Amino acid sequence: MSKTLKTAALVGAVAASFTAHGTAATAMEKEKCFGVSLAGQNDCAAGPGTTCAGSSTVDYQGNAWTLVDAGTCGDIELPDGRMGSLEALERDLPKS
Amino acid sequence: MITVSQDAFRAGLLDARVPVPEGLKDNEGRSAGRRYAVYRNNVAVSLREALETGFPAVASLLGKENFAMVAGHFLRQSPPASPLMMHYGEGFPAFLEAAEPLAHIPYLGDIARLELAQRASYHAADCPAFDPAVFQDLSDETLMAGYLVLAPATKLVKSRWPMLSIYRYATQPGAAKPGAAPENVLITRPEFDPVLHPLDAAAAGFVQACLSGANFGAALEAAGPDFDLPNTLSLLLSSGAIAQLKL
Amino acid sequence: MFDQTQSLPPLPGVGYKPQHYSDILENTAPVGWLEVHAENYMGDGGRPLAQLRALSEQFPISVHGVGLSIGGEGRLDPDHLERLKQLVGWLDPASFSEHLAWSTHDSHFLNDLLPLPYTDQTLARVCEHIDEVQTALGRRMLLENPSSYLAFAESTWAETDFLTEVTRRTGCGLLLDVNNVFVSATNLGYSPQAYIDAFPLDAVGELHLGGHDEDEDDHGMPLLIDSHGREVADPVWGLLDLVLERSGPKPLLIEWDTDVPDWSVLRDEARRAEAALARVHA
Repeated sequence: MSKTLKTAALVGAVAASFTAHGTAATAMEKEKCFGVSLAGQNDCAAGPGTTCAGSSTVDYQGNAWTLVDAGTCGDIELPDGRMGSLEALERDLPKS
Repeated sequence: MITVSQDAFRAGLLDARVPVPEGLKDNEGRSAGRRYAVYRNNVAVSLREALETGFPAVASLLGKENFAMVAGHFLRQSPPASPLMMHYGEGFPAFLEAAEPLAHIPYLGDIARLELAQRASYHAADCPAFDPAVFQDLSDETLMAGYLVLAPATKLVKSRWPMLSIYRYATQPGAAKPGAAPENVLITRPEFDPVLHPLDAAAAGFVQACLSGANFGAALEAAGPDFDLPNTLSLLLSSGAIAQLKL
Repeated sequence: MFDQTQSLPPLPGVGYKPQHYSDILENTAPVGWLEVHAENYMGDGGRPLAQLRALSEQFPISVHGVGLSIGGEGRLDPDHLERLKQLVGWLDPASFSEHLAWSTHDSHFLNDLLPLPYTDQTLARVCEHIDEVQTALGRRMLLENPSSYLAFAESTWAETDFLTEVTRRTGCGLLLDVNNVFVSATNLGYSPQAYIDAFPLDAVGELHLGGHDEDEDDHGMPLLIDSHGREVADPVWGLLDLVLERSGPKPLLIEWDTDVPDWSVLRDEARRAEAALARVHA
């Protein structure tokens, strides 16, 4: 009871330190964030011609994949010390 | 005359083992061959590139070659369901989590979810500025019964992994190595660019309750005893996360 | 505020890319109008719509759809048509155009402009779809000639006759992509000049120019790819002169969609387009 009694006053006090903000017109002038804004744009260009992955006969239907190069996930150690770590990735690489 | 239905044209597009449909020719009447491969490449490569731009952190974590292969599997299994490429990849997080060869990177799905949520925030509806004065002079009763409606661009992604640190490590040169603690992320869009904020479990509980339509009192309940209301409210107000307080 | 109800001016235009936003506002000439891809402005809000709103106050806008699948065997996607109606409704652009192609099949969007055979049956279907679009939007649309990489054995219509008949039956206009003419003519071994001779230039409401890549087919024959990733090729500029001589000045778009360069490079292409238009006036 006494806890909720204080809440509205507390909220009022926090809110008092803010004033209404609007969206500045200048904000749209710069694309600060290409990764997000350009994600999945539609266009009408044709791609890379006749020679590349789209026409290779790699078996994309099966579930047996082999991971090759290591990305940044190789540097990350997680709480249990195994998952996503470099060690784990190396263990999964095919023996050469 | 050999006709080529769109069924037949489509069948070989994402499966290069399917022969080029008869009835597709060059100008001398020979089989189209590599000419048909132009379409195969357009489809596969354009979808892969859309995933690369849409999921830069997942791409960095996996490495370029691995990502191309993983994307190759995904796009064949789940081509876009809509012509809006801005939304492509909605099924990618679940796909990553279900993929056995990626089982040793169990946080990938959450990273993909975080990237999708940023895109959703970027394209979400605009929201008129919220006036914090609405919070003044309320009775507790009124406040508790009111609904804090968050802006359409406000998104919450919860994780049992240090998701935000992993995301930053994967996308920002020089970012610190991720620690061990789980991280939830609040996405807000103060102007036009989504901003990521870490949220503790209590604050995430509060935001989630608000997003799912609970009133202020119920959201406080959901947040639990560790909830830091002043700090969370300050964050929501300063980042334009609130649409209105419906009394 | 620019009055979008006017049609596109016979000036150079460019395909709008968000990274050029500030440049475009600072230094416009000689660009007289902008083209946007409809699908990129079908989100609910945010920067894309705010930018389009601001640009439309300064430039005539051409909305160019890439996802309606007008050449598709199935019905037009009613949700997509509704989204298009919304966009064209609030923006009221100077022009709306789409492609003679298909991209959706069994509710999968394949993100490419796929080819169709030219038969009585496909002609009827394309016309039906165009009627549906023009009715929904309450305006005349332009239909663009495709880049062809292969031919269908079953085709019974020449592309130019097919397009002429589409305009006759539906009343739609045409968007003549001069690079596509050059690409298709090279790939399928016909004369681009003969194609232009047979093209119904009276129906043309807009011209497109873009760069192409060079590849080879299985027999070592040239195979040009409509990549939109480089400058317009010299023979295409030559073909443009032939078109302009006959059609008179038309709205002329520079398209550059992949490896998008700095604004200055696009502006140089637009200047070249301006010069080509000026030669017709002279």
